[in-house]
Amino acid sequence: MTAAPAQALSKDRRRLRVDETAIGDRIYEIVTRACALVVPALVVAIAVAVFAAAWPAFAKLGLSIVTTSDWDVAGGHFGAAPAIFGTMVSSIVALIIATPLAIGVAIFLSEFSPSWLRQPVGFLVDLLAAIPSVVYGLWGIFVLIPLLREHVMPFLRDTLHLGATPFFSGPAYGPSMLAAGVILAIMALPYISSVSREVLMAVPRSQREAALALGATRWEMIRDAVIPYARSGIIGGIMLGLGRALGETMAVTMVIGNRPEISASLLAPGYTMASLIANEFSEATNDLHLSALMAVGAILFIITLIVNAVARWLVWSVSRRRAQ
Amino acid sequence: MIGLTYTAAALATLPLLFILFHLLVKGASSISLDFFTHMPRPVGETGGGMANAIVGTLILIGIASVIGLPIGIGAGLHLAEKKTTRLAQTTRFLADVLNGLPSIVMGIFAWEVLVRPIGHFSALAGGVALGAMMIPLVTRTTEEMLLVVPTSLREAALALGYPKWRTSISVVLRTALAGIVTGALVAVARIAGETAPLLFTALGNQFWSTSIREPIAALPIQIFTYATNAYEELHRLAWAGALVLISIVLVISLAARFVTRSRFGAPVD
Repeated sequence: MTAAPAQALSKDRRRLRVDETAIGDRIYEIVTRACALVVPALVVAIAVAVFAAAWPAFAKLGLSIVTTSDWDVAGGHFGAAPAIFGTMVSSIVALIIATPLAIGVAIFLSEFSPSWLRQPVGFLVDLLAAIPSVVYGLWGIFVLIPLLREHVMPFLRDTLHLGATPFFSGPAYGPSMLAAGVILAIMALPYISSVSREVLMAVPRSQREAALALGATRWEMIRDAVIPYARSGIIGGIMLGLGRALGETMAVTMVIGNRPEISASLLAPGYTMASLIANEFSEATNDLHLSALMAVGAILFIITLIVNAVARWLVWSVSRRRAQ
Repeated sequence: MIGLTYTAAALATLPLLFILFHLLVKGASSISLDFFTHMPRPVGETGGGMANAIVGTLILIGIASVIGLPIGIGAGLHLAEKKTTRLAQTTRFLADVLNGLPSIVMGIFAWEVLVRPIGHFSALAGGVALGAMMIPLVTRTTEEMLLVVPTSLREAALALGYPKWRTSISVVLRTALAGIVTGALVAVARIAGETAPLLFTALGNQFWSTSIREPIAALPIQIFTYATNAYEELHRLAWAGALVLISIVLVISLAARFVTRSRFGAPVD
């Protein structure tokens, strides 16, 4: 007599549990999917917001923002060419300094380092990425710039006689394209070296062993077997560093001198897109000025988006090859 | 050539040691109890501290974490479970791209969405900008940590009749917890020193404020303002502020390594 209701009850309960499970799974599924959707949504939202803010300037000034170099707030001229030039040059200088160093560190860590050194050196280099850019800027103003002005710049210009070329001519003020390039090199270095290290470690053993079996020395093995295999991944790492350098704001603003002129000399002050926005945003006087700054931001957004997308694709192509 | 790679390694570690050395030499002398408990003095007077900026930075980190951590971990769970769907692949790729986006662009975004329509700068806008920067970072590290969890563990839980959602949360997520905490700490360390987005959002504040609707002081902004000011006294405070900021960042970074190490015996990187 008691069996039937109990059975019915347990059946009910079982159905209830199945329902609960289904509901729980459904909720879990919806919540995590919504979280995953936030990322693409954020990219779209950023693009829309930045271009909406930039639109009045693009509509009014058109391409002259990119092509002209006259930034005159009172006169309503907003030519950002010097800032675009400065962004490019400071980033290229940074890569010229950082790339050989970073690849050297990556090869050291993946191939030659004694095992007791691998962890600490890797950690110290990675830690460079953790230092806030405003701290780099502070160090740049009070340590790096005096050092460059007193020692490095006179050395490059006079002792090495590079002053005869347009690239190192003119007075050494201190705040300069060179200072920005050096700071950016230090900041980009950990990104390039950590990606390169990962990519180098992803090169299969067989590749190395084949080279050694053919009688290659360890260095020949790295040059002829390891690096060619990892090349596109290393280029991806360099481009990631480039992406960092292009968009870096505070440290550059603090050391580049903020002068909107195009000069071939690395000793002369310059300007970058990010430092232009950071400097003038708080004192933007009218809507067109503000919008012109946002337009510069939109251009920066597009450039870094492309650089990063290509970089990621290159790094992925290496790791995918490894997976196959 | 092998010697050259040794030289490169030595050269690459030099800047960090230099920077830490100068921070200690120039900053340590200005750090006292006053620095943590007092407000900035008007320009020209000596003494004073950065109490408001330190509290402001902590509040901003708090807001950013409340936004960035749950969304990032949720997205990471989705990516680890639905590896090859179109949404997962798009999210994975765009998270990587977002990670490389200049922080100043994130500032412009938060300004356009949360400052311009409302009409004034606020701590909330700053926290949202920083939180948005955390999302892609946390998403990718969470996913990577979850992928390390053996499938057999998940299968065992499912075989015991655990629903899928409980398996994910109390078995898989729990197993990878140390790694996820590490990822979260790394993300916090990364945004703690961000300055550029705050110029457009939190703005900085010379006075004591803990309201999230008002502009708020933050260590990085204060360091920037002081470092670019002509007064010597403020340079001293800038160095002290930088030392405090870098200590916060380094403690979080070291904690991140420690959490992972204590659980797995060795860091996972």
